[in-house]
Amino acid sequence: MNIFFERKYIIQAILIFTCFILIVRLFYIQVIDDSYFLSANNNVLRKLTVYPARGIIYDRQGKIIVQNEPVYDLMVIPRQAKNLDTIGFCKLISIDKNEFIIRINKARKFSPYKASIFAKQLSARAYASIQERLFDYPGFFVQNRTVRRYPDSVAAQVLGYIGEVDENRIKKTNNYYQIGDYIGISGVEKSYETVLRGQRGTKIIMVDALNRDQGSYEQGKYDTTAIAGEKLISSLDLRIQKLAEKLMRNKKGSVVAIEPSTGEILCFVSSPTYDPNLLVGPERGNNYIKLLKAPEKPLFIRPIMAQYPPGSIFKAVQALIGQQEKVITPESRFPCNGGYSIGNRMVKCEHNHSPLNLNESIAQSCNSYYCWLFKKLIDQGKYGSVEKNYLVWRDYILQFGIGKKLDIDLPNELGGLLPTVGFYDKYYSSGHWKSSTIISLAIGQGELGVTPLQMANTMAIIANRGFYYSPHLIKAIGKDQVKKETYTTKHLVKIDSSYFNVVIDGMQQVVDHGTATYAKIADIAMCGKTGTAQNSHGKSHSVFVAFAPRNNPKIAIAVIVENSGYGSTWAAPIASLLVEKYIKDSISRPAYYIDRLLNADLIHPTFTETKESH
Amino acid sequence: MSNLGQNKFWKSIDMPIILLYITLVLIGWLNIYAAVFDESHASIFDLEKNYGKQLLWIATALFIGLMVLLIDSKFFSVFSFGIYGITLLMLVAVLFFGKYVNGSRSWFEIGSFRLQPAEFAKFATALVVAKYLSSGVKMERFSTKLSVLGLIGLPMGLILLQGDVGSALTYVAFILVLYREGLSGMVLVIGLLIGIAFILSLLFAKAAILISIAVITAILLYNFRRKKKIIPVIIAGAALVATMVVGFSYVFNNVMKQHHRDRINNLVGKEIDIKGAGYNVNQSKIAIGSGRLIGKGFLNGTQTKYDFVPEQSTDFIFCTIGEEYGFVGSVILIGLFLALLLRIIFISERQRSSLSRVYGYGVASILFLHLFVNIGMTIGLVPVIGIPLPFISYGGSSLWSFTILLFILIKLDANRQNIVK
Repeated sequence: MNIFFERKYIIQAILIFTCFILIVRLFYIQVIDDSYFLSANNNVLRKLTVYPARGIIYDRQGKIIVQNEPVYDLMVIPRQAKNLDTIGFCKLISIDKNEFIIRINKARKFSPYKASIFAKQLSARAYASIQERLFDYPGFFVQNRTVRRYPDSVAAQVLGYIGEVDENRIKKTNNYYQIGDYIGISGVEKSYETVLRGQRGTKIIMVDALNRDQGSYEQGKYDTTAIAGEKLISSLDLRIQKLAEKLMRNKKGSVVAIEPSTGEILCFVSSPTYDPNLLVGPERGNNYIKLLKAPEKPLFIRPIMAQYPPGSIFKAVQALIGQQEKVITPESRFPCNGGYSIGNRMVKCEHNHSPLNLNESIAQSCNSYYCWLFKKLIDQGKYGSVEKNYLVWRDYILQFGIGKKLDIDLPNELGGLLPTVGFYDKYYSSGHWKSSTIISLAIGQGELGVTPLQMANTMAIIANRGFYYSPHLIKAIGKDQVKKETYTTKHLVKIDSSYFNVVIDGMQQVVDHGTATYAKIADIAMCGKTGTAQNSHGKSHSVFVAFAPRNNPKIAIAVIVENSGYGSTWAAPIASLLVEKYIKDSISRPAYYIDRLLNADLIHPTFTETKESH
Repeated sequence: MSNLGQNKFWKSIDMPIILLYITLVLIGWLNIYAAVFDESHASIFDLEKNYGKQLLWIATALFIGLMVLLIDSKFFSVFSFGIYGITLLMLVAVLFFGKYVNGSRSWFEIGSFRLQPAEFAKFATALVVAKYLSSGVKMERFSTKLSVLGLIGLPMGLILLQGDVGSALTYVAFILVLYREGLSGMVLVIGLLIGIAFILSLLFAKAAILISIAVITAILLYNFRRKKKIIPVIIAGAALVATMVVGFSYVFNNVMKQHHRDRINNLVGKEIDIKGAGYNVNQSKIAIGSGRLIGKGFLNGTQTKYDFVPEQSTDFIFCTIGEEYGFVGSVILIGLFLALLLRIIFISERQRSSLSRVYGYGVASILFLHLFVNIGMTIGLVPVIGIPLPFISYGGSSLWSFTILLFILIKLDANRQNIVK
């Protein structure tokens, strides 16, 4: 006990007061202020999107056309990416410092707290080398994605491509998509987007200070699993698809083959084509621009977007309408005289036939015959006026799927061109036109635009003797192999099946000993029709349509090779190889036959010159 | 010693202190386990991990504590200068033979065993100050003040030379002891004010400080309204601090060069290490703040478990407590410390020997300063100064030295009937 005894109270007061300060401060940061709690979650929790694998697409034999391949997106949370060894990091992912700054600023602009993509779609190899060093770079982590891979690099225009969803699409879908999601942009990828995309999942993980994964949060209580997209079974037959793409190399044009009994598309080629793998991966943007700018327009889907006057192949349709309308019988004959005269104009015929019957008119493709027939239908029809007769005729054509969309399961299909009464009324003024005014239609020329798909479908109708199913590329969806209702509806053409035989006879003769004998296949009765679609911009287009075998047809096909002359030269032999390959799974032709087709370059001028003689 | 004598001896030991001590040490051990928990070393006895090692330190500390109790209490009086001398020698030696750890040369390394002499200098200094002040000197005399200042300043200076600013600062705690023993309160107040003003002027905006000073002055004036003599002193003090704040920040910002500023910022804990002091304190506050009222529970603290908090088993161990036990747990821990401190003061005041009393105040002051600075730093009240939380933080040297510090007092107290000179 000494004189300063009472100072112990002051000292005790200091101690108690100090502890009180600590407690007040603790009360503030622990109980009152929420921000620390939120920051803690921000530190530790990472909400990862688990992207579902997109549906796989198979061909009709179960071979994979499109599959998925894992890639890795490098993500960044800008606020955590501090004190970086920027130079080392740039080296690691091979970008320069400017690029780094641009990307990090972009990410920061999106959100300093949320993850955004810093580098897209690193390959498995790049990922492996980065992963080892990633802990040196706080704020960066890797997220798994899958991208499309096309093992055979075929059917680019059928499959289409996917890409990152844009703002518009996100808004339109009520934010179903999020920034960074992939969406089908064209082709089957687009038309079956809702089936293929699957369902996103989320996973919340915890990370440590070095950003290393420390496992799931609360045993995954808040996680949702990703559901993979459904598989699609395409109607394509990879065997002939691949062969057709090879044969069409260096040629502009289309090949469409359909199984007549179902409407399933067996082969769908738009040439020139491109490797679908080009539109995958980090180079996608550049490649896309290149394809867009390429003079051959590989992104143009010719089978459904290119429209040609059908030419002689239209005669088969006319013959059927003529019989149904009872203006001709198989034995009706019309004079040829080397052409059909209208005043001082003349629709020339290549030949000067003696009057032919219906069967012969098809086999020998007599222009005059069909002008006479058209005159009977339009001018002398039983419906009272040229307009009404034309309307009836036009309705038949529509029933054949010409002049309207066939509802194929691809976006951007065009319906073609088939003039209405109104069109001619306006053009020639009402009452001032008749068959002779529009006589080009008689032989498939003039104001007609038919897509290769419609040509093939017309063949399917003839092969079926009067009906078709809308052609489609996906025959079954998902595990349960569902088929879209659109594609199980039978479309009947109002033409009696008995009228088909004579037309088919003529078409068989075309192949057996007519204009397409070069395309004749041993043991297979193929019925076909060559065409030469006139083209005001240059050389005619070589067209060939066919189906085979004659009984129980398995395949209907249309081949168009642009600016290459007669149908018999290029289109018919290409079609014939494909038909044989499809039906017999082998080709009996000699090598030179195939090589001539494979090696021909009809796009690049130097080669075209030498082939001019055909 | 007879059986009866032994019994009497054990009975004379202050059990509340022993219980508080053991409680704190165990809390420390469990929280070290939680802080550095590693699934592949899940056993709390795993000697490869800090928690396993801490158990060894605890066991040895208890043994050392027992030894201290068994030594004759005259020993501490007689050999106080000897012990002080030896620690000074060690402090000198470590300057030459020590190992650099975190930028300061304050560790001896013998094999895998590391020893920090600065820790032991604390009780040695407490002891020597007690011995000196109890030897009949008069505090009012200038020579006394100078000698005490020398006794305290010598180890403090040596520790500063090692680069261990944190440990050196703990010697400021002796101001409380000197105040209790008669040093004018003015010295205490002015010293404190200078320190606070200096740090404040660097850390906070001037306006905020000046307002605080005004408020504090008003409160003091109200409290001391009856003591007319003190009022001018308070006003003068406030004016002094305010002037200093303005002056310091002027000098700091306009007179000093950038590298000077950096050094001072470094000293007060601004921008202290590579990642920035801001990072450490921020993470530490996040960890504690995220504990909320009752905490996340044992081993569930994500911030400490996943290494967001640096030095989490040593200087930032309080983060683990704050995060896993929340406000309630934090208050209980501070309560235990406060109980210990008040008990020590109670014990000190019941000593007949002034050596024991002075020493007791030394113990309380040192523990108090560590408590305030350590917890204060984790919650952003005090600049980052790397000193341990007594009995809780991981580390042999600190646990041993705090144990010796406390147990000498327990021994002196047990022997209080015999006056030790």
